[in-house]
Amino acid sequence: MIRKKQFNYLPYILISPTLFFVTMFTVWPTFLSIYQSLFKQRLNIAKYKIPSFIGFENYFELLKDSDFINVLQNTMIYVLGTVPLTIAAAFILAVLLNNKFKGSGLFRLAIFHPSILPMVSAATIWMFFFTPDYGLFNSTISFLGYTGPQNWTVNPNLALISVMIVSFWKNAGYFMIFYLAGIQNIPGTVYEAAKIDGAGPVKTMIAITIPLLRRSTLFITTIAFIGAFQAVDHIFVLTSGGPSDRSTVLLFYLWQQRFENLNVGKAAAITVILIIILLFFTISNFLLSEKKEGTDD
Amino acid sequence: MIKLHKLRSRGLLYFILITVTIIWTAPLIWSFIASTRPLNEALGRGDVFFGTTLSLDSFKKALYLAPFGRYFINTFILVLMVFAVQLVTVLLAAFAFARYKFKGQNLLFIFILLQMMIPTAALLVPNFSTIRALNIYDTILAIGIPYFGSAFGVFLLRQMFLSIPEALISAGIIDGCSWWHLLIHIYIPQSVSTITAFGISSVSWHWNEFLWPLIITKTDKARPLTAGLVRFTQMGEIGAQWALLSAATVMVVLPLLAAFLIFQKKFIQGFLHSGIK
Repeated sequence: MIRKKQFNYLPYILISPTLFFVTMFTVWPTFLSIYQSLFKQRLNIAKYKIPSFIGFENYFELLKDSDFINVLQNTMIYVLGTVPLTIAAAFILAVLLNNKFKGSGLFRLAIFHPSILPMVSAATIWMFFFTPDYGLFNSTISFLGYTGPQNWTVNPNLALISVMIVSFWKNAGYFMIFYLAGIQNIPGTVYEAAKIDGAGPVKTMIAITIPLLRRSTLFITTIAFIGAFQAVDHIFVLTSGGPSDRSTVLLFYLWQQRFENLNVGKAAAITVILIIILLFFTISNFLLSEKKEGTDD
Repeated sequence: MIKLHKLRSRGLLYFILITVTIIWTAPLIWSFIASTRPLNEALGRGDVFFGTTLSLDSFKKALYLAPFGRYFINTFILVLMVFAVQLVTVLLAAFAFARYKFKGQNLLFIFILLQMMIPTAALLVPNFSTIRALNIYDTILAIGIPYFGSAFGVFLLRQMFLSIPEALISAGIIDGCSWWHLLIHIYIPQSVSTITAFGISSVSWHWNEFLWPLIITKTDKARPLTAGLVRFTQMGEIGAQWALLSAATVMVVLPLLAAFLIFQKKFIQGFLHSGIK
């Protein structure tokens, strides 16, 4: 590497465009949110139009607000309900589809295809699929013996589940390809050794495949969490957070507070809370992927 | 005996996979089928598949009710614009981080990586204020500008650049290449597949994004497909006209599916890379 003795401005110039955009649309808005969250400002109420400093009042109010507690609960149900199930399905599908056999490519395609669709169109597809009476979803589960309510997206107990189903359908194939890539990295000799030792398929799975895919699992888990906490698109289309906020999750609530209730201070506080949650997962994701790169080399 | 066992497990495997495949593809296939029903034939119990004739009326009516052509062009401009700008900012920054040692390098790198740690989707409220302040509300530029710098791209390309054999670079230096020539003639040609993967993940990400384009556009002149489709579903005339809704959905997803089928391998590579986003 050649380095001149005199100060080299070039690298700084080369990174300056990226620095500029990151400052403008990541760093600055983060600080702006923290700052605004300390003020009371509501654009639809004349006397609160001008921001007034209230300290941490927005946060205290949020934590006392039963609506917000409900939103946090829904978010937790959504996240904890979708993430483990989707990952388990992705794992099983990857194991089944790892070997090349007649039609394996087609099966992979069938399961992966929802990942490339925009979430909103996945949701419009499912809106139709969920239709009561003649919708294929209800027809099928009725055929299998289901007798419960049919109007999934407007039923208070089913609305959140319906958006979770869409997320499951869309993401299982996405996570599956990470597992497939992971399985491909397991050396064939490990399996041969297991075979010689007389290990059956179940034992091989528990003793070899699952532990050796630990890294993939950790990685998939973190990206799944990050994605699940930002879920919003399909909720917009299918339920609009309803009925009576039963399917409202964090990002949807944030949108509502800012663009429907015009409550700038509260929205800023929610943004800060969301950033803290996401930071936790993105930093662990980042540390994990750094580690992964390290051992692969 | 062993053969029989194998045969049976193979049969079971196919049974499971075919069932899963039917379940997984049914929603989309049903949408395709429904989109070809004549408009005046309502769906009913036991009559959920093809209409009496195949018809493209739903597509015509959907196109008449909402400017999907315009949305399509907007989306196209958006993803190309974002990727074109990212390509410049990312290549320059990745090159600087891979090629030079400079004061504050690590700190600046971490600063840029902040963008990967705080997803832009969470910052839509303050970014909305910035867009209003910049006076570019309701433009395609406004949808794309928060993504003009890409920490993910810088991270990915820097990794790639660092793996280029030193001998290749030294040869360039001996030949008297300027930094610019090094980048164009050595670094970029060596990294085409990584750049492609980044491109696919960038394009599909911005093609699919919804909430930010929704809040930052007000009229059809800048609205992309995703926001257009959702607005379409909320129009009074649509109601439960599933043929119409399906036709609109099909128009949105068909180009993507076609692109995916053609560039399958590249797509999956791009998706695998985008995991670290």
